[in-house]
Amino acid sequence: MNFQAVKSIYAFEMARFFRTLSQSLVSPVLSTSLYFIVFGAAIGSRIDEIGGVSYGAFIVPGLIMLSVLTQSISNASFGIYFPKFLGSIYELHTAPVSYFEIVLGYVGAAATKSALIGLIILATAEFFVDFEILHPFAMLAFLALTCISFSLFGFIIGIWSKNFEQLQMVPLLVITPLVFLGGSFYSISMLPPFWQTVTLFNPVLYLISGFRWAFYGMSDINVGVSLGMIAVFMFICLGIIGWTFKTGYKIRT
Amino acid sequence: MSSIVSIQSLSKQYDGGFQALKNVDLEIREGEILALLGPNGAGKTTLISIICGLVNASSGSVRVGGFDVVDDYRKARSLIGLVPQEISLEPFQKVYDALRFTRGLFGKRHDPALLQNILEKLSLWDKKDAKTMELSGGMKRRVLIAKALCHEPRVLFLDEPTAGVDVELRKEMWEVVRQLKEDGVTIILTTHYIDEAEAIADRVGVIRGGELLLVEEKNALMRRMGGRQMRIELMEPLDAIPEALAKYDLDYSAEDRTLVYSYEANGERTGISSLFADMSKAGIVLRDVETRESSLEDIFVGLVEDKS
Repeated sequence: MNFQAVKSIYAFEMARFFRTLSQSLVSPVLSTSLYFIVFGAAIGSRIDEIGGVSYGAFIVPGLIMLSVLTQSISNASFGIYFPKFLGSIYELHTAPVSYFEIVLGYVGAAATKSALIGLIILATAEFFVDFEILHPFAMLAFLALTCISFSLFGFIIGIWSKNFEQLQMVPLLVITPLVFLGGSFYSISMLPPFWQTVTLFNPVLYLISGFRWAFYGMSDINVGVSLGMIAVFMFICLGIIGWTFKTGYKIRT
Repeated sequence: MSSIVSIQSLSKQYDGGFQALKNVDLEIREGEILALLGPNGAGKTTLISIICGLVNASSGSVRVGGFDVVDDYRKARSLIGLVPQEISLEPFQKVYDALRFTRGLFGKRHDPALLQNILEKLSLWDKKDAKTMELSGGMKRRVLIAKALCHEPRVLFLDEPTAGVDVELRKEMWEVVRQLKEDGVTIILTTHYIDEAEAIADRVGVIRGGELLLVEEKNALMRRMGGRQMRIELMEPLDAIPEALAKYDLDYSAEDRTLVYSYEANGERTGISSLFADMSKAGIVLRDVETRESSLEDIFVGLVEDKS
């Protein structure tokens, strides 16, 4: 195991994060603050409590997930796509590093970044709404699992993308709608039965539901099921990455 | 000298069906400078890419320092440094950080003294805190060399190190290569500039259409294949080459009023004396005489044309 290489990739990626601090940190924090102002403070005061939780507090877990998912995907996909675009990826191919070490370095850094962003948004939320966290360790575990599995997903997108448009497309066209329709801003029990069933096919629902349970002890979906779904998603991503590297698909000629 | 790189029956066929390498065998000796010469698309970069791990071979094997580049890739790659053809650097990274990153990738601990030494040798020390995008083209190329050296490889591959580089920088690059050789690094460079191979290589390999046509000591090659030419400028123009001189197989250029005589420099008899005697008999008056050795370029063109 080439730990030095993992450390190098990780440190390099984290350095990029701090070099572009305004871009990597300020914009997600700012946009989340705006959500809190609009939905939490302005509109939220006119909406009833959901399951005994004020609307402003209800949307906190969903908003954190929204940022964490998009950040995980964009960090991880950009991290591996950029060297591919520049050509500097030749270094990874010619160095004595295994695929596992490459994934560990890039995905580890991307997951760290999005977890940091998630925690900072959580701290920001404190300024706007009152909320409590019933199961703090479960909350951290859900956060970590989500960051890791969606960073893996982002890594796949980064490897498969042929250009910057494709790189942007999945986060924009797939993730944002899934998060909005996955119960970030409402409980699915508020939907008509047909749409409740449709929503069950949205993987993000399970993330948000589990995460919200960690906060308030209430959820649309059983926590065990949520956890299981995240695990399934993570293993699917790992499987795809493993297959991609093994066959050299899109990586090696 | 023992082989540091050993290539056996190496072939590569790309997905589109293009056969880039055909059954290449090559032994690269420790400590030498080997120039791989060939026109664009001959397979030079493919060969290097397979050795360095960028491209998978279709068949055949490569061993570096005794380690197979696929089965024992960690050990094999630790011995190799690659300077790619394209300048590919992270633009916002500082020169020094770029070196640290590469050294780490190769599993080696940070070594400030070594990095300083490498940067100084390549006249980059005063640029260590500059972002790579702020550097000139020549400096970027030197940064790539520095990166390739910072894990102390025993074999260094330079893929077209002087493509699109001005004359002064080329000379500078050659000096760097010579210094590295003195430090004991084995160097393989690809080039389509023949004068480059002529200036710095110990051995020359010629690749064309995916085949290794020959690998030979540069000096021996030039002795063996190289001929000499004598250009004889005449006082008066000739209407035709006189019958008496037919056996010398002369070329006549009416424009420069010059006869060209080709002969083997290392043949027992060059035939120059008898040519002069016969010319004098034919009443031809000479104005000037010049001889020159054929360059590697002539040999190369001859070889490539021969095979086609």
